[in-house]
Amino acid sequence: MDTEHLSAGRTADVRIAGLSKVYAGGVAAMADVDLTIASGEFVAVVGASGCGKSTLLRILAGFERPSGGVVEVGGTPVTGPGPDRGVVFQDYGLFPWLSVRENVAYGPSRKKLPRAEVAAVTDRFIAAVGLTRFAGKYPAQLSGGMQQRVAIARVLANDPSLLLMDEPFGALDALTRADLQAELKRIHVDTRTTVVFVTHSIEEAVYLADRVVVMTGGASHGVPGSIRRIVPVDLTDRDVTSPAFNAVKREIADLVHTVPATV
Amino acid sequence: MTTTDVATVPVAAAAPTVPDTPRRRGRGRLPTVLLGLPVPVLFLVLWHLGRAQEWELPLGIRMGFLPYPADVAAGLVNYVAGTRDDAFSSLLWEDLPASALRVVSGFALATLIAVPLGVLMGRFRTANSLFDPMINLFRPIPATAWVPLVALLIGYGDQASIFLITLSAFFPIVLGTISGARQVPERLLEAARMLGTSGVGTLLRVVLPAAAPAIVNGMRVGLGLAWVILVLSETTGVPTGLGSTIFLARDVVQTDQIVVGMICIAVAGFLSDRLLTLFFRVLFRDRPLIK
Repeated sequence: MDTEHLSAGRTADVRIAGLSKVYAGGVAAMADVDLTIASGEFVAVVGASGCGKSTLLRILAGFERPSGGVVEVGGTPVTGPGPDRGVVFQDYGLFPWLSVRENVAYGPSRKKLPRAEVAAVTDRFIAAVGLTRFAGKYPAQLSGGMQQRVAIARVLANDPSLLLMDEPFGALDALTRADLQAELKRIHVDTRTTVVFVTHSIEEAVYLADRVVVMTGGASHGVPGSIRRIVPVDLTDRDVTSPAFNAVKREIADLVHTVPATV
Repeated sequence: MTTTDVATVPVAAAAPTVPDTPRRRGRGRLPTVLLGLPVPVLFLVLWHLGRAQEWELPLGIRMGFLPYPADVAAGLVNYVAGTRDDAFSSLLWEDLPASALRVVSGFALATLIAVPLGVLMGRFRTANSLFDPMINLFRPIPATAWVPLVALLIGYGDQASIFLITLSAFFPIVLGTISGARQVPERLLEAARMLGTSGVGTLLRVVLPAAAPAIVNGMRVGLGLAWVILVLSETTGVPTGLGSTIFLARDVVQTDQIVVGMICIAVAGFLSDRLLTLFFRVLFRDRPLIK
């Protein structure tokens, strides 16, 4: 993948304080979540199913309203979805009736940029995810990995200050997944966009993130989901086979799978 | 199995699939065309025999009152090309444009009202609650039942005709649009919102294209109904049109011309459906739509 000519985009910090989410019927999905993310940081959120990690991401995206607490991106409270926060879904969410080029051009076109500029931005991000040859294809003609590349390019072309990724590689095979992880890492180095990355895979989280947020609990466990600990990943070399890497993995796995003593 | 067998396996497996596809399709299509022939031919033969021997069929069908198929064919030629020099000679070229204009006007008006309303009803509970009772109340009323009231309200003429066609075409289009708009994947709406699309923009850029197949289906049903209602809508005092010619033919007891009118309406209905389908094929080109 060629990311050399990706300019550094906008970037924003995130402040979440006292966040709670109660669903209709009084089921508490999440309580007392505090999280501050620095501009340009890559944060992964891991936890068992139902711990509220996807809810947290959907609240940041503006798809769901919090029941209480503060959610700010770049100092502005989140009130609904917006182009400053790009979302990459596990199931891609591409428009099936638009070609790869039209999907990527969708966001820039909404901003009423001059046509030539839309075309230039679109071409640049399609090239960045290595799909120039497939620009005229439709999503259904592409593999899952390629569709997710399109989804990433579509969001990046919109120049978001926060990139929200909800188990983006969860539906992909292991080889494609590894490729896309490496690509995402390079994109992050180039753009320095703040990333919140929700995943089931602890290895993926440790490989990609500056910090890993471990969430436990959740409605199905009878307690609201909450952040158990935030683990900084201070590895200079992210070799997934190294003992240091695996020590961090083990630490996080213990946090995910064991019940906290306080409960 | 020897090593040479192993080497030939992929070739043997790939070879039949590629060149065989068109040939198999061609082989399958010829019998389909041939199989379509016997029943209509038999129908024509029975029709001719029944007329000649004046068969009496159940439900009081007296075939002696039918025209011969050959007379209908001659009447059709006269209606199209004016070979007989009577009241119906070359009349098709007056009737067809008059009828087509009524169908197209009524159908276009129905589409213009039904598609926006259906999109709103499919997406917004309030809109659905507001209009759903009215639609369910009016939908079961057949167009025939409207005719006396329309005769009093509007009188006889093009406007009454267009009103009846609009009314009949409206319901399938609005129902198709509602169901299409309801089935838009939530994910696509989220994607559009997070890419900076406004609420109204989402309806135009996501709901409309995602619901397109259901809307097109509704429109096809609506257009078909428009032709059905055309005859009814021309029963009363419209001077030209395929339907009014049928009733004129009845009044002068020219049965071959009645059947000619029926055939022309069938052909016009069929062709307009093809035209509508062609229009959408050109509009969407090869864009994959949600099924």
